[in-house]
Amino acid sequence: MPDVHTHDAEAHDSAYAGLLVNDTHWAFGTDFEDPLAGVDTTVPSDVDPAVLATYSLMLADDALVLSQRIAEWCSRAPDLEEDIALANIALDLVGQARLLLARAAAADPSIVPALPEDSPVPAEDRLAFFRDDHQFRNVRLVEVPNGDFAECVTRILLFSTWRLALFERIVGSKDAVLSAVAAKGVKELAYHRDFSGRWFVTLAQGTEESRARAVDALRRLWPLWDELLQTHDVESAAAAAGVGVDPGTVAAEVAVVLEQVLAAAGVLRPEVGPLAGVRGRKGRDGTHTEALSLMLAEMQSVARAHPRGQW
Amino acid sequence: MSDQVRAEWPLYEVFVRGKRGLNHVHVGSLHAADDQMALRHARDVYTRRNEGVSIWVVPSAAITASSPDEKDPLFAPSGDKVYRHPTFYDIPDNVPHM
Repeated sequence: MPDVHTHDAEAHDSAYAGLLVNDTHWAFGTDFEDPLAGVDTTVPSDVDPAVLATYSLMLADDALVLSQRIAEWCSRAPDLEEDIALANIALDLVGQARLLLARAAAADPSIVPALPEDSPVPAEDRLAFFRDDHQFRNVRLVEVPNGDFAECVTRILLFSTWRLALFERIVGSKDAVLSAVAAKGVKELAYHRDFSGRWFVTLAQGTEESRARAVDALRRLWPLWDELLQTHDVESAAAAAGVGVDPGTVAAEVAVVLEQVLAAAGVLRPEVGPLAGVRGRKGRDGTHTEALSLMLAEMQSVARAHPRGQW
Repeated sequence: MSDQVRAEWPLYEVFVRGKRGLNHVHVGSLHAADDQMALRHARDVYTRRNEGVSIWVVPSAAITASSPDEKDPLFAPSGDKVYRHPTFYDIPDNVPHM
């Protein structure tokens, strides 16, 4: 992109001088480009493309679904500053989802839903908007309805603590694309964890009302926590192939981090068991709570009404 | 537990140093419950488009401002003292930021 910034005289006076650099991509109505344009998406020779694609899809769907849930807070957060903070987090996650969906599609094009031949809809959008709930591979923690602000913060805390530990290891993936996505995501997730950890402690150590809400939020989400640390067959295959990480291997580290936050908040781990699957099948298998299909119906309706649409 | 609940968070003023900026520049204000939250709010509200490399936040109450009524006694006397500007010197090209 051309460097359009020329206002040297004003450069030191305006904190926003940086805005004027390469700003063509801020313009509204600009087509989104392929997020992996120019990136070598060749699958390493000793890796099963189907495993890499499904593993990428799992990581992508976690981010996509939580992003949509957090985006539902837009204009509804307790104050303007928090509203923007949540929108930032949702945008970070949708950015991760785009790269990972594109990675999944490039690894195994057969997973991409078919549309009319003249449809310009890119693969990442087809995966996001034209799959049904049972084709989504996200953990159920990210799909349940929002609840109150305490639940929003607590869900981000649980999710980002876990995902940060995963991403720190995925940086070492044999797949160069996953490695790069993880390296970028680590910085984002570290901020999400900082944001949500601070808020959890603030609420838990705040008023009686805010503390009760924080404790209750953790109790309601806790049954969904266990699923994050269970290893799915695809995850163990991806780990064995050197492209992914077995979530079981981060359990100890994640427990320590979470314990620090809970100790600072003066909150004990809830004594509630994990939410069972349906005949053993859970989010990673495509078996979800009904909340996901309702959320997807809203999220996908416009795209599905216009399968030839260009956005 | 705090005994008092305030209806509104205190106001903070935000200063951001841009990528090429030499000094922190006032960019706006925001509400936050404490200093650390103010810093994070500032990051979220004022540096979303990659503007900053450093942020200062200052409680607005800590700022002492000059009053518009004092404008003349404070600033008018310097208006006719052109000799205070270093315009009678040649500044070498390799001296930056002048």
